[in-house]
Amino acid sequence: MPLLEIHNLHASIQGREILRGIDLSIDAGQVHSIMGPNGSGKSTLSYILAGREGYTVTEGSVTFNGQDLLALAPEERAAAGVFLAFQYPVEIPGVSNATFLKTALNGVRRRRGEKELDAMEFLKLTRARCRQLGMTDEMLKRAVNVGFSGGEKKRNEVLQMALLDPRLAVLDETDSGLDIDALRIVADGVNALRGPDRAMLVITHYQRLLSYIVPDRVHVLAHGRIQRSGGKELALELEARGYAEFGIDEAA
Amino acid sequence: MKPDAEDYGHLPPGLPWLEALRTEGRRRFAGLGLPTPREEAWRFTNLGALDRLPWRTAPPDPVTVIPPDFLPSVVPAGEAPGPRLVFVNGTWRPDLSTPGPLPHGVVLTGLGSALSDHPAVVEAHLGRLAAVDGHALIALNTGLLASGALLVLPAGAVLERPVELVMIGAGSGADRPLAWHPRLLVVAGAGSRATLVEHHLSLGGDPACVNLVAELFLGAGARFAHYKVQRENPASFHLATVTGRLERDAGYEGFLLTTGGRLSRNEIRLVLDGPGATARLNGAYLVRGRQHCDTTTLIDHAHPRGTSRQMFKGVLDGEARGVFQGQVLVRPGAQQTDGHQLHRALLLSDHAQIDAKPELEIHADDVKCSHGATVGDLDEDALFYLRARGIDRDRARSLLVAAFINEAIAEITNPTVAAAFESLADGWLTTG
Repeated sequence: MPLLEIHNLHASIQGREILRGIDLSIDAGQVHSIMGPNGSGKSTLSYILAGREGYTVTEGSVTFNGQDLLALAPEERAAAGVFLAFQYPVEIPGVSNATFLKTALNGVRRRRGEKELDAMEFLKLTRARCRQLGMTDEMLKRAVNVGFSGGEKKRNEVLQMALLDPRLAVLDETDSGLDIDALRIVADGVNALRGPDRAMLVITHYQRLLSYIVPDRVHVLAHGRIQRSGGKELALELEARGYAEFGIDEAA
Repeated sequence: MKPDAEDYGHLPPGLPWLEALRTEGRRRFAGLGLPTPREEAWRFTNLGALDRLPWRTAPPDPVTVIPPDFLPSVVPAGEAPGPRLVFVNGTWRPDLSTPGPLPHGVVLTGLGSALSDHPAVVEAHLGRLAAVDGHALIALNTGLLASGALLVLPAGAVLERPVELVMIGAGSGADRPLAWHPRLLVVAGAGSRATLVEHHLSLGGDPACVNLVAELFLGAGARFAHYKVQRENPASFHLATVTGRLERDAGYEGFLLTTGGRLSRNEIRLVLDGPGATARLNGAYLVRGRQHCDTTTLIDHAHPRGTSRQMFKGVLDGEARGVFQGQVLVRPGAQQTDGHQLHRALLLSDHAQIDAKPELEIHADDVKCSHGATVGDLDEDALFYLRARGIDRDRARSLLVAAFINEAIAEITNPTVAAAFESLADGWLTTG
């Protein structure tokens, strides 16, 4: 049974249909990529998987690990093992990164029936993860994402992913706004989390990220539907030829 | 509210000037009556509900038992508290108070003792800032004046530990609810430094009415920090009129934390009465149910090079109502005044309401003044981000509300008080 099974998903926002029948299934252990031009529905799909309000699913289903994912609140999805790495991580003034991470981790652990971590256990775990990502303790003391550079925000996303230990990680345009060094650090962090029990869905406009996070399958999303699927070589083909064959002229 | 004046047993007799002042206060109040929304300064706050209750002026109460662990302090448990004066139903309770140790020359005592032991300083200051003409609540307080506290700091005196005033409404068991009218007098000599913390709270659920008037005299270069937490029960009324005069280079730092009361009004009137004076006045209020919280400020820049900073933040849930009226007045000649004011409110419910009225009145040309007021609800993006990380909705909301409020609390320069107030605000959040 696939870990994630999306069947004929239609969704709209304020009456405007964005997704027009998505079918996608991902097995545990696999990394899939969705590539597509701006406005194709990539971010909508990621938000619907994470449970953001404001989208109406008009048809179809999303089954995650045997559960109806769409019936769960965002926090229940996180506990069930869905993680969305945001394209634009939200800045939250007044809430320290450490408080945020600890509250999140213990919220998820409580729902999973695991023991909550005390302050010492939390710090020990988090510091080790921070070091792997080249993050300083000082970034734990600062307010969530406030004053973080683009690269620091994305590293912070990967840190959260590592701590929350999801079954399915959805990475929404994780490469946007990163220079090549930052991209390599983030990709290394993501690759370290690949494993037989975990699936990943890497959403990106450009092929660049997929040189670092090499996918098993690539899907082309345009006009709210998966137009084509293939192996990792499909990404290179798109890089060379653009999205023109899907009726999209991005130069215009 | 009728001034029944049945009992002056708190204060020593035989002070004609005091008797004359009280008579004048009652006479003025009889002419003015309680303020009504027809007056501009009371447009958004209606004292009708207060006026309908059969108040009785609180008699001396030396007996009501207060459990020792009920007495609050900003000083963490385990550390010795600083000087603390406790008042129960308006009566100073030496048996519950620990007024010392204090540096030589510093006076801290109940108003009754102050009138016996230091009559000259009381006579020289009482009613000099809080004038009875034209202000009904000051007139009423003066007319029924029976208790309060005096803090005198000689020039250069430094109090390292915060002085705490604890005012408890403990009910009477009688049919008529109790009202009292305490006066707080602070005379801070040139260059002195002190921190005062007021706690206002209730033991039990009986309605009470506190009508407090403060007069703060800050001498040249004095630094006075004045923090207040009002968390009385939701049946009670809390009215406070704070008047302050800052001489040359004096500095006042105030913070008002309000979580309690059915209706509260804090009216703060500060005159920067010498060049280079600085007033920082901040606050946070968290109200729900049918609570009404009014914050009204007047910063009067009367001399050059004055600075004022105000940041108030409000969180309103249920059908609560908030009022913020902030007036900054720059008089002719008060050049190089630097005045900023910010009020931000967070409405957690569709039925909560806020009225904000910032007002700048500038009669000098070389000044920097600004004000801002915003009203909003919680940031949906932030809420979703927290929930997507496994934080449930209620916890996510309280994290965001705490972050909002803590930005105001962070303005408190005394770290002990900031920590205590932060935990009081957290307490409000966790007792939905």
